Amino acid sequence: MAAFTLNINGRDHMVEVPPEMPLLWALRDVLGLTGTKYGCGMQQCGACTVHIDGEARTSCRTTVGSIGTRKITTIEGISPEGFNAVQAAWIAEDVPQCGYCQTGQIMAATGLLAKNPNPTDDDIDREMARNICRCGTYDRIRRAIHRAAESIES
Amino acid sequence: MNNIARIDRRDFIRLGGMAGGGLAIGVYGGYDAVGQMLDANGNDTAQLNAFVQIDTDGSVSIWVAKVDMGQGVRTSLPMIVADELDVAWDDIRVVQADAHPDKYGRMMTVGSSSVRRGAWMGLRQAGASAREMLILAAAGRWGVSTDECSTDLGAVIHSGSGRRLLYADLAEEAAAIPVPEKPTLKNPSEFRYIGKPMKQLDTPAKVRGEANFGIDARPEGLLFATVLHCPIFGGSVASFDHAEALSVTGVRHVFEISSGIAIVADNTWAAFEGSDKLDVTWNKGDFTMNSADIFEHFAEVAEDEGVEARSEGDIIAGLATVETEVKAVYEAPYLAHATMEPMNCTVHIQSDRAEVWVPTQGPQGVQSAVARLAGIPEERVIVHPMFVGCGLGRRSATDFVADAVETAMKVDSPVQVLWTREEDMRHDLYRPAAYAKFEGGVDADGNIAAYRLRAVAQPLSPTGSGSRGGRGGGAQRPDRNAVDGLVSMPYEVSNLLIDYGRPRPQVRTPTGYWRSVGPSQNCWITESIIDELAYAAKRDPLEFRLSMLGNAPRIRRVLEVAAKKADWSTPPPENRGRGIGLVIDKGGYVAQIAEVSVEQGALRVHKVTCVADYGFVINPLTVEAQTVGCIVNGLAAALYGEITLANGRVVESNFHNYQLLRIDEMPEVDIHLVDSDEEPGGAGEPALPPTIPAVTNAIFALTGKRIRKLPIKNHQL
Repeated sequence: MAAFTLNINGRDHMVEVPPEMPLLWALRDVLGLTGTKYGCGMQQCGACTVHIDGEARTSCRTTVGSIGTRKITTIEGISPEGFNAVQAAWIAEDVPQCGYCQTGQIMAATGLLAKNPNPTDDDIDREMARNICRCGTYDRIRRAIHRAAESIES
Repeated sequence: MNNIARIDRRDFIRLGGMAGGGLAIGVYGGYDAVGQMLDANGNDTAQLNAFVQIDTDGSVSIWVAKVDMGQGVRTSLPMIVADELDVAWDDIRVVQADAHPDKYGRMMTVGSSSVRRGAWMGLRQAGASAREMLILAAAGRWGVSTDECSTDLGAVIHSGSGRRLLYADLAEEAAAIPVPEKPTLKNPSEFRYIGKPMKQLDTPAKVRGEANFGIDARPEGLLFATVLHCPIFGGSVASFDHAEALSVTGVRHVFEISSGIAIVADNTWAAFEGSDKLDVTWNKGDFTMNSADIFEHFAEVAEDEGVEARSEGDIIAGLATVETEVKAVYEAPYLAHATMEPMNCTVHIQSDRAEVWVPTQGPQGVQSAVARLAGIPEERVIVHPMFVGCGLGRRSATDFVADAVETAMKVDSPVQVLWTREEDMRHDLYRPAAYAKFEGGVDADGNIAAYRLRAVAQPLSPTGSGSRGGRGGGAQRPDRNAVDGLVSMPYEVSNLLIDYGRPRPQVRTPTGYWRSVGPSQNCWITESIIDELAYAAKRDPLEFRLSMLGNAPRIRRVLEVAAKKADWSTPPPENRGRGIGLVIDKGGYVAQIAEVSVEQGALRVHKVTCVADYGFVINPLTVEAQTVGCIVNGLAAALYGEITLANGRVVESNFHNYQLLRIDEMPEVDIHLVDSDEEPGGAGEPALPPTIPAVTNAIFALTGKRIRKLPIKNHQL
């Protein structure tokens, strides 16, 4: 056990956990931020995607001890008031079915648009292929990312 | 998801005033066969009802007693009520019903049945009778005839004077009026919501991470647990050393339960770590089969006498007129559900009551299972259905609930049992593996002379009170799920015999309902054989099919439209092949045409054209999404889906070796819903089965290679 200060969604949180605990479980079970989901535990599905210093990362294999002072953003923090462009596009395209993977999808898509504001279908494929949706919402995810890109541009 | 007061059945059936002075109306209707998929004996009286409450503040609460696992019923069912009730969409509030043995009728959400089996008319009547009572109340207050009154989005209007009263102001009076037995329903041309593309009400919560799934339940004082099960089916715990597990920081308890060993901790990760560090000796039992042994056994069973499932004409005479013979064996593997949210259940047991938070397709099955296991009367078992991270049929069972109850009975706090992905994949209730042997052919005119099929597949396993698998007929009858999709084959064939061979119980692999159930493999078998026969007859696969669908107008129509949309009459681009698949399943009629290419051995599915007739569609937006989702599930099954057994245990463990479809493999999907005034059919499953043969038939058209054993990944193309 050790004490760590994690900067999450713009605020410092103290957690007392073993350094090897994955960030996912610190978020979910210690801090109560349950929007980040467990799917596989081995970086195969992307359900646990968060941002670390603005980049999309899976939290299931990122240990608490490895984070240091880097800034973490979870789904709860990407738009504390209202919806960001990606979330709004998700609503406009009626993307989610069960919805379980969608917070991870949105974190991945938000990360993609941050570094590539106007992605092609191939760009979307490359980036978003890390995230599995068992319901099969991929066609709407693709449309929603294009929609979000347009809304950010305009 | 809600905190409503419990209302007993008597209060529910009759109209009653609600606490707070609102109008509450219930509809209690008996409908046959809601539970068809889970009740092979057909002796359940399945019932369905809705529950509407108009609060004095003007808000309208609509209870949803079915489970939304992505199919959108938390939007589509309220649409039906709100339309007939004539209220503004923004004024409604959806309340998820807690489990109740009979208040809501059958809550089990399976078989694409949430709308088609009763809800359609039942919910329309729920909305319409409430509306009529509100009109009666207004007419009474004004002293006018109800004929002079109409409604407009939450208000009753008197046509002569233009006077207007809000539903909220009438609710209390309306509550005293007897429920009209036969309320006048809207003419479909007056529908405001029904039939229109309506966005799902839960999306804002889902995109903000505020929708609480099973694993998000956080009752006060929660402990986190996982369960390690014997990897071999039928095995059990012989002994275990938990010293190392207990040394993991945060692990509190390690103990045996009937299915394995529970590890209880302060957080999930500690529980998972503890599970990894357990040193267990298992009683391995006597199940040692490999997948190859199982298919070998099925092949042996296929040589025994079968029990007849469907017979037409004279198969022996038909076989004698075969000019071009077709003989083929088809094999489909076990499949895992692999829902994104692994199996989990949260239980708090106190001395005389239990509270349960669970992502389930069958809240009532959970309620009775918990009551039985914990020895608590059902009425003191509170079951909160949570958001469900995919159902696909897996969550109709209660095996994971039993794990949580047994664990919770040994600790003083609420406890959440979450299976690791590995446990989830290795302790699923798998889509049964299937084997089918075909013998037949076409006559000199190129028509099917004989169609003889022997099917072998395990019945579904009994898996606790939530599921009634394994009741699909005695030894003298074919298993209904094993032959569903074979016997329902829509083509007119003069001489046909389909029969069933039942595997011996020595095959212990647990089996269960998997999205679309029997047709998930049997449509592939049927449509592949029809395709083989078309080529044997040297006829176009489309023309061949259409020639045998003269008496099946709905499926014929969707096939014709699909052929047009996919431009079947024009040859595909170079190096592309097209294939057809179709099915009649759960009230849906679906035809698909896949277009594929193979480059350097790699298959690419470029496009799937899908035309579906689901009858009258409540919400085209969610129905289209279900259709696409079915295609994606079908593609994953066709390309990759395979659970393999080795020495009685499952080999695959996570998404690296049980591959699902990803966005970079997503084909263009061209979906067309046929306009139909027929009664609503099922839309959650029927578009899955045809995808698989559409792809394999396209591979044949392109390469001449006939895929007779799934998945496609195991073939050199």
